[in-house]
Amino acid sequence: MAVCIAVIAKENYPLYIRSVPTQNELKFHYTVHTSLDVVEEKISAVGKSIGDQRELYLGLLYPTEDYKVYGYVTNTKVKFVIVVDSSNTSLRDNEIRSMFRKLHNSFTDVMCNPFHNPGDSIQSKTFDGIISGMMVQTG
Amino acid sequence: MADEAPFQFLHNELIQYIYKSAENVEAENGRNITKLENMGFRIGQGLIERLTKNTARFKDELDIMKFICKDFWTSVFKKQIDNLRTNHQGIYVLQDNNFRLLGQLSAGKQYLEQAPKYLAFTCGLVRGALSNLGVKSIVTAEVSIMPACKFQVMIQKM
Repeated sequence: MAVCIAVIAKENYPLYIRSVPTQNELKFHYTVHTSLDVVEEKISAVGKSIGDQRELYLGLLYPTEDYKVYGYVTNTKVKFVIVVDSSNTSLRDNEIRSMFRKLHNSFTDVMCNPFHNPGDSIQSKTFDGIISGMMVQTG
Repeated sequence: MADEAPFQFLHNELIQYIYKSAENVEAENGRNITKLENMGFRIGQGLIERLTKNTARFKDELDIMKFICKDFWTSVFKKQIDNLRTNHQGIYVLQDNNFRLLGQLSAGKQYLEQAPKYLAFTCGLVRGALSNLGVKSIVTAEVSIMPACKFQVMIQKM
C-alpha cells in the first residue's frame, strides 16, 4: 500500500521514518520533508475559510508524477505523512483515513509507554509491526 | 467511581513514599514537590495524547484551556472546573470548589500547610498536558479553604 510512512515531531524532526527498500531511499526523505510546508500551510489556513472544519486528517497534500502524499496532524502537532504509489488507483480516501487512524492509535500507545521519552525517536516493536502491515499489502 | 479509589490511594502513597524516602537525607521540601510535579508532567503528556485523539483541532489558547477545564478535568477528577478566569494576557485561573485530592483531608485549617504536597502532582499534570499541546506554562496552586483550590496557569510567551 504505502511506500513510505513518516512520523514527524512538533519541532519538525523525524521521530520515525520508514520506506520500502529501494535505491533512492533519500528521495522519500526529501519528499516527506518537502510536504511539511504544505502541512504548515493547511494548518495555518484554518479559521480563514468559511467551511472550515478542523479535522485531524489533512487529505492529499500534493501529487507528484509517481507518488501521492497524504498528511495528518494530531492535536499535539505531531505530523504523520504517508506516501503512496500513484499507479495504485484503487486506493480510496477511506482507506487512507483508516490507515492514519491506525497509525494514530498506535502512536498514542507509544506515547503512553512510561519508558518512552517524548521527543525521542520511536523504537517500539509493536509500532514497527503496524507500519510493516501497512507497507506490505499491495492493493 | 470504582476506578477512582486506586488512583487516590496511589496518589496518597506516592506522596508518603517520596516524603519518607527523603527523610534521612536533608528533608528538602522543594525537591519533593518537584519530583511529584515531574511525575505529573509525564503523565499529563501521555494523557492528553489519548484524550485529544478524536477531537477537532484547537482554534487557540482559550480553546485549549476550555478543553483542560472540561474534558481533561472530567476524565481525571470526574467533574469540571467550576470557574475559569483569564486576563487575556496569558494568565488563567482555574478554580475547583471541591478538589478531589483534597477531599479526604479535614476541611478545617489544620492541614492547610500540607496542601501543597497534594497539589504538586496535579500542577504537573496540567503543565504536561499543555506542553504537549504546544503551550509552555508555569502552573501553581493555592488553597484558601480546604476542599477548594485555585490553579494559576501562566503561559510563557516564546
